[in-house]
Amino acid sequence: MITIIDYRAGNLTSVRLAFEYLSVPCEISADPERILAADRIVFPGVGAAGAAMRQVEELELAPVLRRVVRRGTPFLGMCLGAQIVLDESEEDDGIRCLGLMHGRALRFRPASPDVKVPHMGWNRVTFERSHPVLEGIREAAEFYFVHSYYPVPVNAVDVVGRTDYEGTDFASVIGRDNLLATQFHPEKSGRLGLRLLENFSRWNGIC
Amino acid sequence: MLTKRIIPCLDIRERKVTKGVRFKNNIVLGDPVEMAARYYHAGCDELVFYDITASAESRGIDIGMVREVAAVVHIPFAVGGGLSSLDDMARVLMAGAEKVSVNSLAVEQPGIIREGARAFGAQCIVLGMDPVRTRDPVRFPSGYEITTRGFRQRTGVDALTWAKRAVDLGVGEIVVNSVDADGTRAGFDLSLTRLIATAVPVPVVASGGAGNAQHLVRVFREARADAAIVAGILHSGQVSIAGIKNQLAEAGIPVRRVW
Repeated sequence: MITIIDYRAGNLTSVRLAFEYLSVPCEISADPERILAADRIVFPGVGAAGAAMRQVEELELAPVLRRVVRRGTPFLGMCLGAQIVLDESEEDDGIRCLGLMHGRALRFRPASPDVKVPHMGWNRVTFERSHPVLEGIREAAEFYFVHSYYPVPVNAVDVVGRTDYEGTDFASVIGRDNLLATQFHPEKSGRLGLRLLENFSRWNGIC
Repeated sequence: MLTKRIIPCLDIRERKVTKGVRFKNNIVLGDPVEMAARYYHAGCDELVFYDITASAESRGIDIGMVREVAAVVHIPFAVGGGLSSLDDMARVLMAGAEKVSVNSLAVEQPGIIREGARAFGAQCIVLGMDPVRTRDPVRFPSGYEITTRGFRQRTGVDALTWAKRAVDLGVGEIVVNSVDADGTRAGFDLSLTRLIATAVPVPVVASGGAGNAQHLVRVFREARADAAIVAGILHSGQVSIAGIKNQLAEAGIPVRRVW
């Protein structure tokens, strides 16, 4: 069973529908017991990092998430989920995040006022290395993004895929051991996004 | 590089896709869920549904239809028209839509933008606007007046003033649908699109007037649109999404070509 973490940070319907379409059993839950019992964890999220972390704290999810990641449960972060797995975010005047991977989320600061923030739409991801969850996905394929902040891992080896937005080259896929996180929305990225989710549903957390 | 989005638009009446010129002479084109799935598989980047009403009598939103679309279409889609409250927005988003589009409602109750952006995030709230060209530069410095209620109602509101105000209130994207160009297939209103696209910090979607792929080339290249809505020429089979994208790519405009 895949457990999609419901920490009231955004709409989980599309994530659930994508797994249902793939006939992959999933549940939406914020119950620590369900999370500890999960075979795999999906950590989604849209909105602001500050509000998201407040929910994580209110639901007392941080220690549970640290525990499942440490013991090797395959873990997939998406969108805001790819930022709050890091140590901190610049958003909301600085937010302390989960620290599941060393790094921080920074805001896009385009040199030209013509560049729109959020970065919204389909953009290319080039892969720094192969990964079981990215199997069968063409190099330089496009995925759907909506975000104003982006992940910056401390360790270059944690960068799995990169994307350029008007001169800002950022880590759009980050991963370490059993944790993988995409800044884009695989559940809204068509066939290639579904392929990623299907790969994740079979991944044992080893890469 | 961020690609330019091609967005088929489906106008719905009583659970059928229709197409009319300037909201008149609507003819039935097909089933919304089937057509959405077809365009999804044909490589569109997003979809928009307008005026999803269950029936002419009960003007409630057809949530069942949104759910059916969301189950088969795994790209973003927006739903607009017929939304009358924050609660309607919540139902549409929870049914699987990525965005809600507000038009007349936002003009009549601008506060709904702020409330929606606060509740669901600015990226979910799209402003649809239907500006018409005017010859009254005193009242309308931008040269365009906002209309509502399917072009029937003049509002006295200047298009550029409204776009900026809506961004301040929290919209995450603006669909600029030219009343003058709508349904003509004579090309997008480039000056209107450029006017809004260069004035606001959020993505702008050009709408109204697409007659061939070169019209899209021009609206991206000359008017700085981030996305374009295509309806009639796709529905009639005159062009395909792949055909449009090939021509855009040949013109050097970045598009998503593998799906």
